[in-house]
Amino acid sequence: MVAVVPTAARSGASAPVAQRSSKTGYLLLFPGMAWLGVFFAIPFVTLFMTSLQAPVAGSPGKYQFGLEFGNYASAMAEYWPLFLRSFLYAGIATLLALAIAYPLAYFIAFRAGQWRSLMLVLVIAPSFASFLLRTYAWKTILADEGIITSTLNSLHLLPEGRILNTGIAVVAGLTYNFLPFMILPLYAALEKIDPRLMEAAGDLYASPQTAFRKVTWPLSMPGIVAGTLLTFIPASGDYINAALLGSTGNRMIGNAIQINFIQFRDYPTASALSFVLMAAILVLVFTYIRRAGTEDLV
Amino acid sequence: MTDAARAVEDLHLQNLTKRFGDFVAVDDLTLTIPAGSFFALLGASGCGKTTTLRMVAGLEDPTEGSIRIGEKDITGLRAFERPVNTVFQSYALFPHLDIFENVAFGLRRRGIKDVKPAVEQMLDLVELGSLARRKPSQLSGGQQQRVAVARALINEPDVLLLDEPLGALDLKLRRQMQIELKRIQMDVGTTFVHVTHDQEEAMTMADTVAVMNAGRIEQMGHPADIYETPQTVFVANFLGQSNLIDGRRTGTSGEFGVIEAHGLSFMVPSDRCFCSGSDVTLGVRPEKITVLDAVDAEQVPDGHNRLEGRVTDVSYTGVSTQYLIDAPWGQELIVFEQNVVVGDRCSVGDPVILHWAPSHTFGLDPAPGRGAGIDPEVIEAERVNAHLRVRGAED
Repeated sequence: MVAVVPTAARSGASAPVAQRSSKTGYLLLFPGMAWLGVFFAIPFVTLFMTSLQAPVAGSPGKYQFGLEFGNYASAMAEYWPLFLRSFLYAGIATLLALAIAYPLAYFIAFRAGQWRSLMLVLVIAPSFASFLLRTYAWKTILADEGIITSTLNSLHLLPEGRILNTGIAVVAGLTYNFLPFMILPLYAALEKIDPRLMEAAGDLYASPQTAFRKVTWPLSMPGIVAGTLLTFIPASGDYINAALLGSTGNRMIGNAIQINFIQFRDYPTASALSFVLMAAILVLVFTYIRRAGTEDLV
Repeated sequence: MTDAARAVEDLHLQNLTKRFGDFVAVDDLTLTIPAGSFFALLGASGCGKTTTLRMVAGLEDPTEGSIRIGEKDITGLRAFERPVNTVFQSYALFPHLDIFENVAFGLRRRGIKDVKPAVEQMLDLVELGSLARRKPSQLSGGQQQRVAVARALINEPDVLLLDEPLGALDLKLRRQMQIELKRIQMDVGTTFVHVTHDQEEAMTMADTVAVMNAGRIEQMGHPADIYETPQTVFVANFLGQSNLIDGRRTGTSGEFGVIEAHGLSFMVPSDRCFCSGSDVTLGVRPEKITVLDAVDAEQVPDGHNRLEGRVTDVSYTGVSTQYLIDAPWGQELIVFEQNVVVGDRCSVGDPVILHWAPSHTFGLDPAPGRGAGIDPEVIEAERVNAHLRVRGAED
């Protein structure tokens, strides 16, 4: 009898609690799902439908419902080199950003001491100025009469004689603009590593170089993956850097989409290009994550 | 592992000193740790024991002094060049590697290709063979601890350093691992240097215990010797409990020194008197004292040290009973009595006679305050108990 009473009381009390908490869960999900529905799912479908529209005969810039899969073929036939260039530029910029960001993030995480917060603020500080403005600033920095270009020219290091309006300028701009997105995840991953693990590696006959290769680098892998994705994805779709710092020979796919939407009013082509870009990035990212094997990491 | 022929050599610390700014963490430490021994550095936090260990491991540079293994000076070698391995307090297992690779880490760094037999043998030694492919995070604290031991031992170091290796485990597991570590040490015969603040752990595991205080070694020797014959007030309090009574040495009677304290006279064997002046702190361990009802005064053996008092507290702990006795001069003394006889215990308020054999007495140089070396938590607990007793008396 004594044993039955508390059991009954407990089950009676716990059942409504469980029900309420599951309802709360759905309620909490609702705003996020609604946001995604209105601002992602619906535009996504609209975009896909636009990419299949057919032109209205006799009135340019007007399109009607259609199933013109040929839009994709013609868009790709015209613009495939821009896709390749986008991924090439974004890839180089990502690698450069990684090479610059890793030592910096490592320093902030392990060596900066009391300067740590200040340095993190300095990493983010440039983002307080507008993206466009900062890219314009690079136009001045890399100008033909500027200090960098003239110095490199006097050393005969520039094959084209200039930096502005070349691929170098575009890649430099991309690297600069997306650098914080590389530094912050790297810092977050490195900061989590227990420095005693490096002591342990040293204790187990690993030289500092080996300890880095076998312990620090693999443990920072989640940060590397996050940082490269956060840099590569927006960089491959970017059009401002190519538009401001490059010439017509350095156009990226973002420029093609922008021109088709705004200048040519060729909405189906622009939509088709956007769709292909999304799909290509998705495939690249999945392959990359598979290869990096981050699901295994803590 | 089992080849006893492997030349193991003594570890020598010579005038080892470590200063952090003005703070002297380790103060001119000279010490020889014999090959193959289980050596414990015992002390409260901040006494310099971990700094000493880190200097031997090569994780901290000594300010002065040298470290040798046999004839080989390793003071200038970096951590990864030393024939020494460490079991870290936090274990510091590599979270991205499985148990097998954690244990194989040291071997691989030394370019050994076929690590499988050695790793498997080592995992069997610590009874973790079946978990080789698990990640450290999937293991319990005790299992992680054994991996840390295996990862260090597989390298057959000249010296294995253990930095509070059992600190993170619960009491039951800690007891079990104490026995386990001792067994492993017997099996492999490597010199173990074990740093701990737990006196019971040091006493059960080590053949030699060094009690450290403020960067220096207070006393070093076999655990039983240190316990039975503490040579400083710090050691008498830090290792177990002691009743310490301040007095003056007034003379000698045969092999005994005579000490006057609070109008009573006590005998201390001359060879257990570690005092330089005539002011002496006399000590006796609580379990060496016998409690008698005041009426049984004639049962006190001839020549025993004795004093009268009144019982202020009785706590029955099963194996023994702990009495707190108020001495005539107001000092509280503690006595443990084995519960060999059922019933017949003194109760609070009883007048009693305490007596003990002079051979169990020791004489020490007085230290500032009899509390040196007492764990602050114990002091706090005593204070609370005293407070409760006063309240109880009022009720």
